[in-house]
Amino acid sequence: MASVPTVLGAPAERREGLEKVTGTARYAAEQPRPGRLFARPVPAAIARGRVTGVETAAALAVPGVRAVLTHENAPRLVEPDDATLAVLQDARVPHRGWFVALVVADTAEAARAGAAAVRVAYDAEDHDVTLTAAHPASYVPEEVGGGYPARAEHGEPEEVFGSSAVRVDVAYRVPPLHNHPMEPHASTAHWDGERLTVHTSSQGSTVVRATLAQLFGLPEERITVVAEHVGGGFGSKGTPRPDVVLAVMATRHTGRPVTVALPRRMLPAVVGHRAPTLHRIRLGAAPDGSLTSVLHEVTTHTSRVKEFVEQAAMPARVMYAAPHSRTLHRVVPLDVPSPSWMRAPGEAPGMYALESAMDELAGELGIDPVELRVLNEPDREPDSGKPFSSRHLVECLREGARRFGWSRRDPRPGSHREGPLLVGSGVAAATYPVQVSPSTAEARALPDGGFLVRVNATDIGTGARTVLAQVAADALGAPLDRVRIEVGSSDLPSAPLAGGSSGTASWGWSVHEACTRLTERLAVHAGPLPGDGISAHADTTGTADTDSPWARHAFGAHFAEVAVDTVTGEVRVRRLLGVYAAGHILNARTARSQFVGAMTMGLGMALTEGSTMDAAFGDFTEADLAAYHVPAHADVPEIEAHWIDEHDPHLNPMGSKGIGEIGIVGTPAAIGNAVHHATGSRLRELPLTPDRVLTALREGRTRGR
Amino acid sequence: MRTFDYVRATSVTEAADALATRPGARCLGGGTNLVDLMKLGVERPATLVDVSRLPLDTIEELPDGSLRVGATVRNSDLAAHPAVRYRWPALSQALLAGASGQLRNAATTGGNLLQRTRCPYFQDVTKPCNKREPGSGCGARDGVHRDHAVLGHSAHCIATHPSDMAVALSALDARVELYGAQGARSVAAAEFHRLPGDRPEQDTVIGPGEIVTGVLLPAATAGVPSAYRKARDRASYAFALASVAAVVRVGDGVVTRAGIAFGAVAHRPWRARRAEEALIGAAPTEAAFEHAVDLELSAAQPLRDNAYKVPLARALAVDVLTRLTAAART
Repeated sequence: MASVPTVLGAPAERREGLEKVTGTARYAAEQPRPGRLFARPVPAAIARGRVTGVETAAALAVPGVRAVLTHENAPRLVEPDDATLAVLQDARVPHRGWFVALVVADTAEAARAGAAAVRVAYDAEDHDVTLTAAHPASYVPEEVGGGYPARAEHGEPEEVFGSSAVRVDVAYRVPPLHNHPMEPHASTAHWDGERLTVHTSSQGSTVVRATLAQLFGLPEERITVVAEHVGGGFGSKGTPRPDVVLAVMATRHTGRPVTVALPRRMLPAVVGHRAPTLHRIRLGAAPDGSLTSVLHEVTTHTSRVKEFVEQAAMPARVMYAAPHSRTLHRVVPLDVPSPSWMRAPGEAPGMYALESAMDELAGELGIDPVELRVLNEPDREPDSGKPFSSRHLVECLREGARRFGWSRRDPRPGSHREGPLLVGSGVAAATYPVQVSPSTAEARALPDGGFLVRVNATDIGTGARTVLAQVAADALGAPLDRVRIEVGSSDLPSAPLAGGSSGTASWGWSVHEACTRLTERLAVHAGPLPGDGISAHADTTGTADTDSPWARHAFGAHFAEVAVDTVTGEVRVRRLLGVYAAGHILNARTARSQFVGAMTMGLGMALTEGSTMDAAFGDFTEADLAAYHVPAHADVPEIEAHWIDEHDPHLNPMGSKGIGEIGIVGTPAAIGNAVHHATGSRLRELPLTPDRVLTALREGRTRGR
Repeated sequence: MRTFDYVRATSVTEAADALATRPGARCLGGGTNLVDLMKLGVERPATLVDVSRLPLDTIEELPDGSLRVGATVRNSDLAAHPAVRYRWPALSQALLAGASGQLRNAATTGGNLLQRTRCPYFQDVTKPCNKREPGSGCGARDGVHRDHAVLGHSAHCIATHPSDMAVALSALDARVELYGAQGARSVAAAEFHRLPGDRPEQDTVIGPGEIVTGVLLPAATAGVPSAYRKARDRASYAFALASVAAVVRVGDGVVTRAGIAFGAVAHRPWRARRAEEALIGAAPTEAAFEHAVDLELSAAQPLRDNAYKVPLARALAVDVLTRLTAAART
């Protein structure tokens, strides 16, 4: 067996690549069936109030329209855990864009025309959608996203900060952001007798099946949820969204297959967003640069539908040694759409603020920002006191500095001018927790010498199929091309969702265990294999989810070079470099793609992306990809992603940490810090658009900088 | 579904007839804006008159040195045409600064001129908009208006015209050629779009039943140094926050010809006549440019969230004028 070299870490190509680039990969809305209908939701046109009547006659008169569902006639649901799924259950309108009706028709066009013909009468109430740090309705929640306590305090942070030799006391703002995956949310549902089959664009179909079973009072055994190909999610498809509930409602109501494919314009209100965060950061330090006190206080919003608290102060519990600290979250319920996960929830906005403030502290101290971070490297996780299973942040910073040419940098802000351009560079650290959940998997040896591995993983574009095949091949000691893998259906052995950068670790663990067991069985098996082969099953419940005595996180360092046009205020990134310490990298090709993709998303967060809450109307102004500015190719320079070999025995059998999110975490602060280095102006609100930068440059000149 | 008639015009007169005789008819060019607006329910034409196959897809160099651009010439082709690149470079630059490669391949010259504002309130039928639904109010004035007008707006409308191309055409003294029941006529590109006043639903001076047949680039601006510069939120595929097209000639140490137009600051490309007048006869210095541009922008009335546009437009104009005249100063 040892004759086959390990394929873990090899840059294996995506197994479904050919299908995707040739357009033969089928997505959730691309599931034609005889008699299929199309359904289109009707969004509420008020920000708060009640539906007093829905006139459906005109819509039903549109040729091809089969039904109009409203809260008065829609199938009743068992009350969901996630209240955003309780669609068409009552007259309440908790925010603009909440669905108040569903038009089901023979064609998508007829459904659109029917939806336009529905007349909804409302009893509108005054609304409040404006987040402020001093909002009277703010409160400290029990816990924040990820299940962490909202507040943690050590020592006497206020007092010690007040008496620190060097102090930074700053406020940062991150706007609402939207995931906007390439594939909008879509679901197709149909019945085969008593059996419900749903194709949905989701990060985890096991969760979708459980949710549908609960909502519609069906046994899970009668439901199959398929998510074979998913065009991105970034958290917005982590758990079911209203599209899948509406599709099942409509198919139950009509008895026909139904597709609900949400138009891009509806996404901002109903599939979640990264909530805006208002940060106050206080950093106290001794003259030698050692931190004395760290206070990171965050105010964010949630909807009236449910409490979701972006855990943006969490990274301050992990990053730096400080004897005194406070991390605190407050939340304000507003008449806004419900926020949810977006790539690196908590870490992305939190580290933007913390790492920008660290840059400010470095400036105050006159210490190089790389050295300041090295200086404050903790021995143990600051909040928990646990030892790190592995932590190579310093190595990432050093390696990144070497590759970037950091030592050649003139630290003086505004010192590098190229004609009308101001050029600068910046650095920021990154961190992301190691998360892992129990999973099951099955491995089967076939008489033809091949292997079949089955696990309900979801490949949301990350290359999960490919890397799981590598994990299996490695554990089986088999060539990679002998391993076939099936993912993306709830009929497969159940597995957790692709989220929290935990997919590969969770699924891979059970795949590894199943394959290891199969290898053991094969070793004692005599004679030819039976016709259906020999199989082994694994369930990592009780192992993957045991509490670890170790603090387990991935770390990274981000470096950016920017050019700021003094005529227009336009910021263009010239160079972006990341170095990661994330355990064993299992596929060099798909890992690089994850890092580069997340860094691109971080570039967007820094410079171009933002959703504007319209105070007058209560919705997000940017409703399409012409208005919500994800980076275009012309915005993205050559991006370098590197990693250092990290051997950590306290993770999982593959020795891997999650890599899907850490790439976004340090990028915005690195770019923001580079803009400060370029211009001497410190902007504390994202995104760094030309209007803001130009205004800051003008104010800087006025102040004589 | 909402149905409409479709007429494929084979001649200009047929197109104009169809447009004049069929109520609620709209011309279909590349469809890059109109089809989107139909999906949104903003445009609800009873008839689409497809003009994309009319024999107006040529660029013709005329004996007097001018250039006639047919209405159905695609934006990509116009930007790449050698005569445009060398003699009216501001136009080529403006076209290439607009939209994306895919959209430029589809969009036509006439359609680019006739595209509608991207004001989010105009695009959302659940919100008030005097341009879409006269008398319903303006959602943007008290709403989100960072991208809106600072010049020439009215109580009824603060929208901007989104075209980059039209800004260059305005500065280059181009003319828009029209055909309708009364025959052919042409209007200055700088006068083709309107200010909103109390009729924001009317974007241009085009008459009922008239179609755009082409654009004429005049010999007078051929070969005169010109340039277009645009500031935007991302490096490609973003509408302008502000832009400027400038055409300027220097002779004997003074400015002898100046055409300046701003984009994304008004309901139409904003031809900066006051600035131009101030520059004629002046030495081409940065101070002179600043003075002239300030004269023009003194008329600006920024809204709550778009005051940045005034210094941005100023910086763009001074930069472009300074660069265009650099050779003359050395």
